[in-house]
Amino acid sequence: MTWRVDVRMRLGDLDLDVQLEGGEEPLALIGPNGSGKTTLLRTIAGAYRPDAGRIEIRGAALFDSAAGLDTAPEERRVGYVPQGYGLFPHLSVADNVTFGLLRYGEGAPSRAERRARAERLLDEVGCGHLASRSPTSLSGGEQQRVALARALATRPAMLLLDEPLAALDARARRNVRTYLAEYLTERKGPALVVSHDLRDVRALGGPVCVIEDGKIVQRGTPDALRAAPATEFVEAFFED
Amino acid sequence: MTPPTSRIVAGVGSRWPLLILGAPMVLLLAVPFLALGFSSSPADVSAGIADPIFGPALWLSVRTTLVSLVIVVLAGTPLAWWLAVGVPSRTRVVEVLVDLPIVMPPAVVGIALLQTFGRGGVFGPLLESMGVQVPFTATAVVLAQVVVSAPFYVQAAAAAFRRVEPDLLIVGRTLGQSSRGAFLRIAVPLALPGLVGGAALAWARALGEFGATLLFAGNLTGTTQTMPLAIYQALESDVRVAVALSLVLAAVSVLLLVALRAAPRAWGLLHSSTLARGVRSAGEARP
Repeated sequence: MTWRVDVRMRLGDLDLDVQLEGGEEPLALIGPNGSGKTTLLRTIAGAYRPDAGRIEIRGAALFDSAAGLDTAPEERRVGYVPQGYGLFPHLSVADNVTFGLLRYGEGAPSRAERRARAERLLDEVGCGHLASRSPTSLSGGEQQRVALARALATRPAMLLLDEPLAALDARARRNVRTYLAEYLTERKGPALVVSHDLRDVRALGGPVCVIEDGKIVQRGTPDALRAAPATEFVEAFFED
Repeated sequence: MTPPTSRIVAGVGSRWPLLILGAPMVLLLAVPFLALGFSSSPADVSAGIADPIFGPALWLSVRTTLVSLVIVVLAGTPLAWWLAVGVPSRTRVVEVLVDLPIVMPPAVVGIALLQTFGRGGVFGPLLESMGVQVPFTATAVVLAQVVVSAPFYVQAAAAAFRRVEPDLLIVGRTLGQSSRGAFLRIAVPLALPGLVGGAALAWARALGEFGATLLFAGNLTGTTQTMPLAIYQALESDVRVAVALSLVLAAVSVLLLVALRAAPRAWGLLHSSTLARGVRSAGEARP
């Protein structure tokens, strides 16, 4: 397994108690509203400190309550794309991407080199022509790609995507879904992708895990979950 | 863009009664300022400016309000951030404390400052042993201005910081910024219109400070006599000087007001629909 998360924490009304692990393929995370999906992603990113547990990515422990270890978010090398993409509205598209290179720009110490690397990253996601635009002037699909390029700029050990397709209209969603699924599969790196849509989950092609009320209730391939749903939510999710 | 007013709001009865009831208020707000503007001839104004109390008072006001503004911004910005992101059970007490000078009569603030820094005050003996006198000095003027103006800046800054989307800060951290870096590179730029607006309000309040200054710093020409205190003194000898001083202060205030109104719009033109995405509407709750 490439990554392993074991966290227990209380946050407001939510009692999060999650043991989860995954390999090189993207893992889809589904669950009802308020079940703890976003909280889990933020906890892995380091925004919340669990009461107890251990977080490990590629053999490196990021958090270990027993050892008193709590790596700061900026040291974790985790790529986090929040709902709505979280692009910085006061910076241009290129500056959004170079933001991560200020610290993690190994081999790109000068401003011009960072800019060149940002443009390459933007080209990779087909957004090179948007470099000098303001993020607020982009379509949802473009914002999604720019946010992905920005997250990848730090060469993260793991990607955390919170509903990457939710803010898109039906047509853009179809395009971006295919693009994202191909990209994540090709990249061959661990990713945890929160989703609300069965088609998105199927497109990702990897396993699915279900979180309800802060706990993982089921895990498996979409077909396996459909064949034997553990809860009403799972049954409803895989209903055609 | 302003959405069209709905019939529900616009059509509640006739609008005439509102205007008739509101008109005296509008007149009361407008007439005195018009009267001030038209009451003196250019000759009166230049005579007022030539008066020996005018120059020192203007210079002292400019110096002290700039110093107090720097203090308010330097100390108030971190405090506002702490109020915005802190645990409410801990910030509540401080929040009330910060609001206190807004409701407290300035004369009371002046007496309270005397009881703190005066000879018989809390720090009196300590200051005396160090050979430092605070009351009736320019330092006292600055202290009074800081106390009465800080709440305006801290409140505006905290409100602006609260509207910064927390996810943007989390993203900033995962991209390699320390908490300080994320604050300076993300929170401050996004909250900047609010910070500038609050600073302008605080500066205006410091410029007009009268009561606390009079009691705590006195009214000594060249040392503690700011513009409002000079107006007070001039009124006893020559009304023209008082009017001239008032016109200068009024002009500065109007400029500030125009800048306050125009700044967000100019900002909006610069950054298009920017802040709509990075900044939450005030009503939304923090997760």
